[in-house]
Amino acid sequence: MTLNSKIPEGKLEDKWRNYQSESRLINPANKKNLNIIVVGSGLAGAGAAATLAELGYQVQCFCYQDSARRAHSVAAQGGINAAKNYQHDGDSVWRMFYDTLKGGDFRSREANTYRLAELSAPLIDHFVQQGVPFAREYGGVLANRSFGGVQVQRTFYARGQTGQQLLLAAYSQLSKMIRAKKVAMLPRHEVLDIVVINGKAKGVIVRELSTGQIKRFAADAVVLATGGYSRVFRLSTLAINCNGSAIWKAHKRGAFFAAPSFTQIHPTALPQTSDAQSKLTLMSESLRNDGRIWVPKKKDDKRKPIDIPEDERDYYLERRYPSFGNLAPRDIASRAAKERIDAGHGVGQLKNAVYLDFKHAITKLGKAAIEDKYGNLFTMYEKITGINAYQEPMKISPAAHFSMGGLWVDYELMTTILGLYAIGECNYSDHGANRLGANSLLQTSIDGYFILPNTINNYLEGEIGEKHPGVEHPEFAHVENEVKAHIKKILHINGNRTTDDFHRELGKVMWQECAMSRNKQGLELAILQIKEIKEQFWNDIKVTGTDTEMNPELEKALRLADFIELAILMCTDALQRDESCGAHFREEYQTEDGEAVRNDADFNFVSVWEYHAGDFKLHKEMLEFEYVKPTVRSYK
Amino acid sequence: MKVTFKIWRQEQSDAKGALKSYEIDGLSEDMSFLEALDFLNESLVLKNEKVIAFESDCREGICGSCGVFINGRAHGPHDNMATCQVHMRSFKDGDTIVVEPWRAGAFPIVKDLVVDRSAFDRIIEQGAYITAKTGTAAEANAILIPKEVADSSMDVAACIGCGACVATCKNASAALFVSAKINHLNKLPQGQPEGHKRLLEMTTQMELENFGSCTFTAACEMECPAEISISSIAEMNARYIKAKFFG
Repeated sequence: MTLNSKIPEGKLEDKWRNYQSESRLINPANKKNLNIIVVGSGLAGAGAAATLAELGYQVQCFCYQDSARRAHSVAAQGGINAAKNYQHDGDSVWRMFYDTLKGGDFRSREANTYRLAELSAPLIDHFVQQGVPFAREYGGVLANRSFGGVQVQRTFYARGQTGQQLLLAAYSQLSKMIRAKKVAMLPRHEVLDIVVINGKAKGVIVRELSTGQIKRFAADAVVLATGGYSRVFRLSTLAINCNGSAIWKAHKRGAFFAAPSFTQIHPTALPQTSDAQSKLTLMSESLRNDGRIWVPKKKDDKRKPIDIPEDERDYYLERRYPSFGNLAPRDIASRAAKERIDAGHGVGQLKNAVYLDFKHAITKLGKAAIEDKYGNLFTMYEKITGINAYQEPMKISPAAHFSMGGLWVDYELMTTILGLYAIGECNYSDHGANRLGANSLLQTSIDGYFILPNTINNYLEGEIGEKHPGVEHPEFAHVENEVKAHIKKILHINGNRTTDDFHRELGKVMWQECAMSRNKQGLELAILQIKEIKEQFWNDIKVTGTDTEMNPELEKALRLADFIELAILMCTDALQRDESCGAHFREEYQTEDGEAVRNDADFNFVSVWEYHAGDFKLHKEMLEFEYVKPTVRSYK
Repeated sequence: MKVTFKIWRQEQSDAKGALKSYEIDGLSEDMSFLEALDFLNESLVLKNEKVIAFESDCREGICGSCGVFINGRAHGPHDNMATCQVHMRSFKDGDTIVVEPWRAGAFPIVKDLVVDRSAFDRIIEQGAYITAKTGTAAEANAILIPKEVADSSMDVAACIGCGACVATCKNASAALFVSAKINHLNKLPQGQPEGHKRLLEMTTQMELENFGSCTFTAACEMECPAEISISSIAEMNARYIKAKFFG
């Protein structure tokens, strides 16, 4: 199979318009007879479900949470980027496109990335119309702030709760369409497999979490909007129940997986304090606008931070990257922190953190100004750590965060299975090897609100004549039986180890070998170790309770079984890519001063993996840079 | 650290429930309260027992999934903090900690500590939106909104929908939740064309869902993790009078 990215003809700035003028349309009378399944109710899923329903399609939307409002988009803090150039600081669609392409270390498609920048401004218009209380200036116009990896102010925000406010707007719009009976919302329903008939996605098998009942749902197209999979590391900034199961099952049914190992490690999370810890809390990157990051120059310095004089502090980001300083992109900031921590300059109980200091900002701007910008983040920090960050610096540490990798999609956001789409964080589309701050809310919203509703008709138009076969088709029974057998198998092992125990073990291997820095030997070892974990899991897992009731332990075990397989693919991917690019840092490929060395001669492609009976076959989507010449990505 | 949990166990909504005691050792003060429950659950699995069902997701106080009574207080011993933000350092070694689900007729128990809060979703469906389709928006800065207005809208828009306000209220009133959403949208110019309709529809649905009436005890504002003030309820009432009589 050859990968066809379906990039439209024409100049970069005309491609999306050309696509829209040429794509097929469906008249309203036909739309109401077409059913679409949307899996997930975050910004991508809720945005898509609401917009598709407004267009006249019949939509069924699933989420595992008790309400659509709780999807993990809610936790995004800092903001959303848009090329509005409200600050008159030289911003433009072109500059935003360039920043994003460079930020991703030239491992994404020009056409996709340009479209992301192009649609950013109308998205802000949309959210304002939907009642998002964005931050404002006294005159009533919208306010902006800076984020990492750029030199303009293009980030829009609602205090430190931007994701929450955007998600609630999407949830409101979704609720409007639920009331109009154009969307059937099914909370507490987890999709466990995809039904593919004659090469086309035609439905899903779902477990109702409150009863354990397995149900079938048929449709003319299936949209996955299931978010990121960084819980594969166990400790991550993600919600406890975030998982990769739906995309993994789709992968096993024929959807190719792109760049699975490209994982963003966020530089500003709260450090781990114990083994029992279940997650790492993120502190918004926006804090780096005013906070300065440092470690003591002296190793193992036991003094309190306020007792360490200025000339004994190493503001290492400002030292290494003078032009971007504390606003260096996330992958670079994380690696720089790791470098200092590994060199023995880490602070805190486990020596695994660095300081984020607001002393200078408070002196310069006053406490009130800092409180106005970050008040809720400081409050959150105090709730969790018991420390007042107005008086002493925060302690922060890198943590697994965003999945740039995901299901491979073409320009229409369709996977390699016809009629199966992947939108938002669960696809690989615009971010390349590293995502810039505040581009996540942007990409996920644009996929759901603007792109998918304009591309799905191009496929569905061909489906009008052949209505989906319905849940009575034998393939539904076949997939349902596989799902039931899988569940029975896990419950019947009755071994000696808990799901959390296996997950901790998997997480340690992944964090050690497949996170901020990777090497051949480590990855080869990791693959063997994970295969061993898989073997043990299927012999020694213990899950109590039954499959016909609400059973959170069973849910966890099912998700972990998929994470284990996904982890093998992630390590395989990282091992194959003999270069350093963006968040993928291979120790063998670095300069003398520790900067990444990209290899465009041999790796100017996206690694796209096909599943084949437990093994993975590599396909390459070559990247063509017609408008921007890839350069060494420097933030010095 | 060692504590005794007394936890509400109930197989399903129509089953009889009871408090059950669990002694657990080996906890640390740095653990969050929910991590202590994870730890307990892991020990239950190894003893071949069913785990305690409880809800949580983001574990950073923003998704609103978690919420239980801890020693008789919604979301535990602190003011304005979600259950997931409570840490074991808030308890003493040897403490007995009573854990119960939200208590409100409108929030029936699903299992153990998990309740059904879909009444909130049904209230939101009754007009907690701005009727405008994707693709119809005008330039964002064409609508000027004074900073004070945007800020005060944001103050109430911060609601996380956890249900603590209902659970802690002796009347099981949803007034704080409903007022927060109404005020968020009705304060903004975009929300004003449908303001009165929204207010009447949402409050009607609130009554249909069997929530009680507000008697201004202010218990809700003590527990609200988003620190929404009861003045939001007063503001809703003022808007209600205006909508009802001067519509």
